[in-house]
Amino acid sequence: MSRIERRFAKLKDENQAAFVSFVMAGDPNPDIFAKLLKGLPAAGVDIIEVGMPFTDPMADGSAIQLAGQRALAAGQTLKTTLEAVATFRKSNDDTPIVLMGYYNPIFNHGVDAFLTDAKAAGVDGLIVVDLPPEEDAELCIPAREAGLDFIRLATPTTDEKRLPVVLHNTSGFVYYVSITGITGAGSADTEAVEAAIARIKAKTDLPVVVGFGVKTPEQGAELAKVADGVVVGSAIIDTIVGKLDRKGGAKVGLVKNVTAFVKSLADAVHSARG
Amino acid sequence: MTAQDHNSFRSGPDEEGRFGKFGGRFVAETLMPLILELEKAWDEAKADRSFRAEMENLWRYYVGRPSPLYFASRLTEHLGGAKIYLKRDELNHTGAHKINNVLGQILLARRMGKTRIIAETGAGQHGVATATVCAKFGLKCVVFMGATDVERQKPNVFRMKLLGAEIIPVTSGRSTLKDAMNEALRDWVTNVEDTFYCIGTVAGPHPYPAMVRDFQSIIGWEAKSQIKHAEGRMPDMLVACIGGGSNAMGLFHPFLDEPDVKMIGVEAGGKGVDTNEHAASLTGGRPGVLHGNRTYLLQDDDGQIVEAHSISAGLDYPGIGPEHAWLKEAERVEYVAINDDEALKAFQLCCEMEGIIPALEPAHALAHVMKIAPDMDEKEIIVLNMCGRGDKDIFTVAEALGIEI
Repeated sequence: MSRIERRFAKLKDENQAAFVSFVMAGDPNPDIFAKLLKGLPAAGVDIIEVGMPFTDPMADGSAIQLAGQRALAAGQTLKTTLEAVATFRKSNDDTPIVLMGYYNPIFNHGVDAFLTDAKAAGVDGLIVVDLPPEEDAELCIPAREAGLDFIRLATPTTDEKRLPVVLHNTSGFVYYVSITGITGAGSADTEAVEAAIARIKAKTDLPVVVGFGVKTPEQGAELAKVADGVVVGSAIIDTIVGKLDRKGGAKVGLVKNVTAFVKSLADAVHSARG
Repeated sequence: MTAQDHNSFRSGPDEEGRFGKFGGRFVAETLMPLILELEKAWDEAKADRSFRAEMENLWRYYVGRPSPLYFASRLTEHLGGAKIYLKRDELNHTGAHKINNVLGQILLARRMGKTRIIAETGAGQHGVATATVCAKFGLKCVVFMGATDVERQKPNVFRMKLLGAEIIPVTSGRSTLKDAMNEALRDWVTNVEDTFYCIGTVAGPHPYPAMVRDFQSIIGWEAKSQIKHAEGRMPDMLVACIGGGSNAMGLFHPFLDEPDVKMIGVEAGGKGVDTNEHAASLTGGRPGVLHGNRTYLLQDDDGQIVEAHSISAGLDYPGIGPEHAWLKEAERVEYVAINDDEALKAFQLCCEMEGIIPALEPAHALAHVMKIAPDMDEKEIIVLNMCGRGDKDIFTVAEALGIEI
């Protein structure tokens, strides 16, 4: 059983939804990021999505765009992102880590080398936004052969006919993008999400988590009643930004503040089903 | 079936949208159904004679096609070698080749029932062309333009506003053309129902590179019949400038299977391809994936995209159409780079010798012709794509020459 499977099995036993947090590797700088990452499991995070910064994140809203720019300005690279995961793994062996980002830095690193390095660092899965099923031969199939889950996004534009194509090579879980839009944009309507999840679940046994536009513990709790997991990203990054000074330096208490916000989200998601 | 029929350079892309290993459909899932819908609509339109007839009618009466193929006699005499012909696409309505493609895409958008058109623009030529055709058809038009470009291309910004377009200055990333394209893609992901994304060059996910090429190929088809009429034979060489590569692809494509016609694509060398300030993706970049396709890109060791530089805002893009990347590796087309200062000299020479103020983009192509024409035989023929006029560039040129106007 993979880390991701073990985590969903455990949550199922406890009748809880998974709380998935997104943080950008190297944001606001590599040292603070390492501290943030290390503190996430204790704050109640079930699965950690680690963003791989990219200059041209075409599916992201301004919060995640700027997080990536801060990380790149602080010297973050794909190599140091993998090193950060490896360091995290020294003190944590059971929280799944999913890398999320865009294809070019991976293609540039070399697909085979990347898969070897990611596996060695302790990465469990990949979400690569600009690799739809039509491009599965690029990374999805090699990743699965290397023992890494390839987690696909399903969206409101993924219709009945297309859904099986999207689910075909997906593993780990399905990430349902609750809105047509970019990360951090408007909120989803719970009823519409519930219907979409039912539609997906009719075609797969994989857990379905929901993301894009989830900002508060209340919204998280609401979605936790209908989904197997809830992802929060931009709102966590906003909390980081709230603790940066004018020059982008971290103020005292950044890690504590962010961790407290993450815990409020995790608690709300975990207690949603009573 | 293999990617391309090896007997032809004109059969690409394959069903996956690949030209060899280049091209493809590297987009977010939200967009994937939209580009599949676009591909289907484009296939149907291609097979519909009334679509072609409407486009040709507008090309003729609204754009002013065919554009002349003009023998540049003084330039030829001055350089003292090959005969130089200019394909005068700068005489088109709105002053560049861009409108050939925009007309086609907007007709397609209307066919698909889309009511809102979005576009990215760098120098503003594609934005102006899009705003123009949207005005003609009463469609809502939103143009994304890097905040830096909004500042340095004020006349075109005002033109677009006069034509009724909404201009959105893009401040994300580094506020230039590639960021405008990112922002247009973000808009499209958000407004999936009513919006058509009108891409200005032979880049983006399949079917855009092939579709834009097909619309621009009118340049090459006209040139082919015009040169036959003027000289009774094929030219020896075609030369065109390359940013994303749409004017070059349009001129080259109908000639690709003419084995005796050499072709040269001229990239913007900025301050030199050995510096960090250029826009020569083929000469100074390497393969990567951006904006929906695999192609040559300017990027750093980590695969992050780096900013392009050129005196010509229209060539200021860190990528290039995937078909060019393939033609380079297939060695069918030669790609070279011309620096800012060389383009400036060519700009001035064209004004003085032919009474034609060229855009800075084709001035790059002319600068290369100035290098090679003198060593060619007087019987040889070069066709240069004069793809845009230089009215928009006079401020940039004055500044570069240290003249206050």
